[in-house]
Amino acid sequence: MFGAKGSGDTSGYGGLVRTAASSGSSERPYGGYFDEVADDLERAYPDFADAIERVVVDRGELTLHVKRERLVEVSTILRDKLLFEMCLGVSGVNYPADTNRELHAVYPLLSMTHNRRIRLEVSVPDSDPHIPSLVEVWAGNNWNERETFDMFGIIFDGHPGLTRILMPDDWRGHPQRKDYPLGGIPVEYKGATVPPPNERRSYR
Amino acid sequence: MTTYSDPYASSRETTEGTVFSVTGGDWDSLVTEIGATKEERVVVNMGPQHPSTHGVLRLVLELEGETVTELRCGVGYLHTGIEKNAEYRSWTQGVTFVTRMDYLAPLFNETAYCLGVEKLLGITNDVPERASVIRVMMMEFNRISSHMVALGTGALELGALSPMIFCFREREKVLDVFELIAGLRMNMAYVRPGGVAQDLPAGALPKLRETVKELRRDFKDNDKLLIGNTIWMKRTEGIGFLDLAGATTLGITGPVLRSTGLPWDLRKMQPYCGYEDYNFDVITANTSDVYGRFLIRMNELEQSLRIIEQCIDKLEKLEGAPVMVADKKIAWPAQLALGGDGLGNSLDHIREIMGTSMESLIHHFKLVTEGFRVPAGQVYSAVESPRGEMGVHLVSDGGTKPFRVHFREPSFNNLQATAAMCEGSLIADIIGAVASIDPVMGGVDR
Repeated sequence: MFGAKGSGDTSGYGGLVRTAASSGSSERPYGGYFDEVADDLERAYPDFADAIERVVVDRGELTLHVKRERLVEVSTILRDKLLFEMCLGVSGVNYPADTNRELHAVYPLLSMTHNRRIRLEVSVPDSDPHIPSLVEVWAGNNWNERETFDMFGIIFDGHPGLTRILMPDDWRGHPQRKDYPLGGIPVEYKGATVPPPNERRSYR
Repeated sequence: MTTYSDPYASSRETTEGTVFSVTGGDWDSLVTEIGATKEERVVVNMGPQHPSTHGVLRLVLELEGETVTELRCGVGYLHTGIEKNAEYRSWTQGVTFVTRMDYLAPLFNETAYCLGVEKLLGITNDVPERASVIRVMMMEFNRISSHMVALGTGALELGALSPMIFCFREREKVLDVFELIAGLRMNMAYVRPGGVAQDLPAGALPKLRETVKELRRDFKDNDKLLIGNTIWMKRTEGIGFLDLAGATTLGITGPVLRSTGLPWDLRKMQPYCGYEDYNFDVITANTSDVYGRFLIRMNELEQSLRIIEQCIDKLEKLEGAPVMVADKKIAWPAQLALGGDGLGNSLDHIREIMGTSMESLIHHFKLVTEGFRVPAGQVYSAVESPRGEMGVHLVSDGGTKPFRVHFREPSFNNLQATAAMCEGSLIADIIGAVASIDPVMGGVDR
């Protein structure tokens, strides 16, 4: 019962219920300004139905799941026609259980003109982790994409200089992926070795 | 070329050309040696250990004479893996990590994180009013202490020592307030999902009023010293220019964005923690330069004091109200009491779980060892930190630990503007431009 291995849980119970994130699509009306955003985007972008895989409204936030081939088109229209002037970076998420869509990139967008927020989400398989870069659309995504590459190994095609930014240049692996252990490397000090944190007793 | 033998300044040949290391010693000999080369273009590596780069920031500068032709930033020297670590701790324990990111604005990190967790839990509206007011008050005090460091170190880096002494004197008063309320001066992990860690100590409000009065009086020293000062103006006016279009595409927020004249402040535009109930002005400037950003920070101090005064008024009316959500599963299962050995569980609670109720014991054990569960989903929540939009992207898989914690750090994003602000300017003006961005490397590298 106690000392369960693998879940990283300290009590021995927590590994029992681990439901995956919901994958359903939301139905209209989405509520608030979300319907207006969706309508405007459909009008401005005729390929809406093909490019947007899912529209999810959850906890008062709108998420558009975009096919990666269409990401740059959709972003450009969101910036120019719907006036989402600012992209607040990109956050990678690794869902190992989401087969063939293991790596997600999440882009929070902000329209200062209309005072609105939406979110774009792109998912790609681990075996082909390529997403087109949005640096041409929002220049401020430069460092954020480098960080997501550094931490998740997502390759942003077309980025002007996709190198590691936080980890050392010669680092192996991408630390924030779920298969990368916390701590990772044992540390030797005066002959004694300190195991990585996840291999210490309290974390088993 | 002769190799110079000064241990502090020596040169060596590489495939990229001659590399001179300068760490001290006699500059004349170095200048003579560089003068002997035919090269016009000089690449200077400034930092990461440099007193004027605001922490461990590395700047690679390409110079022609004293003009910077190209600039690149190197960051990551303070990367501590806070986002990764948070995935291995409970949602509550995450606060202790995130408070250490931007170490000059810990309360903003905590509040952004906690607002995100509360949004995931769906308890945003259940957070007691007193807790929200305390959060606002602590954040505004923190804005003052953070701006004090920005102004003080910024002035110091440009060669003005006295403002630094004044600023740190004021900051000390704010840190005393934190010590009084949270027990710690920095990294206090005071804001928790559902409310704040503990109520204000008895007799705190009169002391806070006194502090506000003192701060308002002492801010004048810096005003007199710097505003309109000829030397200060010459070092800051027209320096580090970045207009609205540049700021927007680079994702710049905070004082740097407001220095372009756009009154974008999340406290007004997308209020959280009840900011819509406070009277204050959004300060802007239309010069888009270092001086404008400096003026914005100076004037925001007074606005923060205004908000704090309104908070104190509200707190007087809310005396005795709860500071944590009613749901014990999220707050804390035990009633805490001060025992002989510091904070502990109250004897009543111990008696209940050990002597009378098996259910209570199970709940206590589960919630203390494992933490509460958070429904699956993802949220983005943002607060206006002293440096701009401090956003947090949280993903839960329904477990007791975050599945992913990502921080949209304003320092990280704003630092990208360094090249746009500095290329084409003099090398001495880089210092002013970087100081006006006010990056905190603990936040940049996380």
